[in-house]
Amino acid sequence: MNAPQASVLDDLPGDLMMWVLILSELAVFGAGLLGFLAVRLTDPPGFAEAQAHLHRTGAGINTLVLVTSGWLAALALEAARAGRRTRLRALLAGAALLGGVFLFLKAQEYADLWAAGLSFDSHAFYTFHMLLTGFHAAHVLAGIVLLGLVGWLATPRAVEAGAAFWHMVDLVWVLLFPVVYLI
Amino acid sequence: MKYQTQKIALAYFVVAMALFAVQVTMGLVLGWIYISPNFLSEILPFNVGRMLHTNSLIVWLLLGFFGAAYYLIPEEAEREIHSPKLAWLQLAIFVIGTAGVVVTYLFNLFDGNWLLGNEGREFIEQPRWVKVGIVVAALIFLYNISMTVLAGRKTAITNILLLGLWGLALLFLFAFVNPDNLALDKMYWWYIVHLWVEGTWELVMASILAFLMLKLTGVDREVVEKWLYVIAALALFSGILGTGHHYYWIGTPGYWQWIGSIFSSFEVAPFFAMMSFAFVMVWKGRRDHPNKAALLWSLGCATLAFFGAGVWGFLHTLHGVNYYSHGTQITAAHGHLAFYGAYVCLNLAIITYALPHLLGRDPYNQVLNMVSFWLMSGGVVFMTFTLTFAGTIQTHLQRVNGEGYMDVQDQLWLFYAMRFGSGVAVVLGAVLFIYAVLVPRREIIERGASQPAE
Repeated sequence: MNAPQASVLDDLPGDLMMWVLILSELAVFGAGLLGFLAVRLTDPPGFAEAQAHLHRTGAGINTLVLVTSGWLAALALEAARAGRRTRLRALLAGAALLGGVFLFLKAQEYADLWAAGLSFDSHAFYTFHMLLTGFHAAHVLAGIVLLGLVGWLATPRAVEAGAAFWHMVDLVWVLLFPVVYLI
Repeated sequence: MKYQTQKIALAYFVVAMALFAVQVTMGLVLGWIYISPNFLSEILPFNVGRMLHTNSLIVWLLLGFFGAAYYLIPEEAEREIHSPKLAWLQLAIFVIGTAGVVVTYLFNLFDGNWLLGNEGREFIEQPRWVKVGIVVAALIFLYNISMTVLAGRKTAITNILLLGLWGLALLFLFAFVNPDNLALDKMYWWYIVHLWVEGTWELVMASILAFLMLKLTGVDREVVEKWLYVIAALALFSGILGTGHHYYWIGTPGYWQWIGSIFSSFEVAPFFAMMSFAFVMVWKGRRDHPNKAALLWSLGCATLAFFGAGVWGFLHTLHGVNYYSHGTQITAAHGHLAFYGAYVCLNLAIITYALPHLLGRDPYNQVLNMVSFWLMSGGVVFMTFTLTFAGTIQTHLQRVNGEGYMDVQDQLWLFYAMRFGSGVAVVLGAVLFIYAVLVPRREIIERGASQPAE
């Protein structure tokens, strides 16, 4: 039998499986954004017109909300390593609450689009907008559940995994926001 | 063989190989019908022959999986199978059910009967009584192996294997969901067909491959397990929403084109990981296991699965491509190499590994077995190339130029003739394999100095 060999993977902070998930998510959202940009080349005016119906300000505020929430999650990991349970739970609750704010603002946009009769099939722009931000919102929701779970477990390892996932959600939004809402 | 109940696997493997012979023979008949379309048209219509070809494939692969589970679970869990009697009962139900399907189809009995007649849906056309039998047999199987695992040692290999087998059985329940709306019918149909071969079966494949690597290469269990979890995660991540690549043109909303294209593109990842896993384990492993044929089949499985399922799948998975290539011989090329690489080779690998133990014939006959690998694999790969070329031409003539289907078929004759030739090689390879694992008792090649193997 072999002696267990040292692997570069051992130097990875946090859980290997979480990194596999994060890389997979980034690959999927990246492919989605590339698809979006490619299809936009076929109809720039149509995409610009459709984009004007989105809540740009709301999305901008949401960016600040998510980044702040990510900061709270990072502080929670510090608290977890320091063994301060109450503080880490309070910080995670704050992070999750901001996640809720994000979803609330996002829902406003969806509701307005819906009221204007704009949906998946109205234009290729909306197909991508709703797929990308919809998948992302689903991850925010999953992230809130995950933050609750790791807050309940309250071990540094669990909080690290939860925070890593939450930062990924954060990162994806920071990529989606300029591409889908601004340019 | 350390545990008496591992013997159960022998019966499953033998029945599986018998159906394997039926499957490839049927394939040869169908290959000839492509060349001479009226061959047997009165006795054995093409659709019935095709049903026998695909269904005997699926049933023998499943029986192989069951056999593999009965073989490896006692070793992994370190105890005897919970109830051998139930395992025999399960096999009997499967054999009777399979015979029932064949007889019902060949003679078109009870046509339209709710309980006894065939249901006419590709792959899940079994009469309803057979479907109920399959569910009962699956429950018996899951109960039997779950009880064994729960009472014994739990390893990553048994965890992933059980996850795959439970998922496989639960998804089969959608065979009972048959809406009148054809789009919905197809939607649920893919819950079985796709989520089997591109979801749960991949878990079964990864865990059996992991077991073989553990035994054949002697790499640490810890290393094997890490790979196994990553592969399983990649398979589920890409495979579940990858179902969308079947929803392009069946009447489901347009967003499936993007969900399907993006997620199914990543389905190549778990297959690439499995191929890397197999080769890295062999390079890292220090054990020189005498069963070289099992190693050959394992590596061949991982490699051909990557090309057949991964690369050939990706070729036509993007909806912009599939718009033209859908339902042409490209699909047939992919289907043949993917099933062969991923699941046929996997079963033949575990059979090649297990049979010498089960028959008490170590050391093994390997040369014939390895010849059968090259003959069969060469045949299937050649077949894949001929069908890929046929499909490319067909796509252009039929979908781009708009020529009639049958006019195009006439022009593909040369490729179908070459495909028949490769089919002959596959059948000879299959017969040789069955002969090599069951009949000869003496070792043919000398084995080099090696460490003792498990």
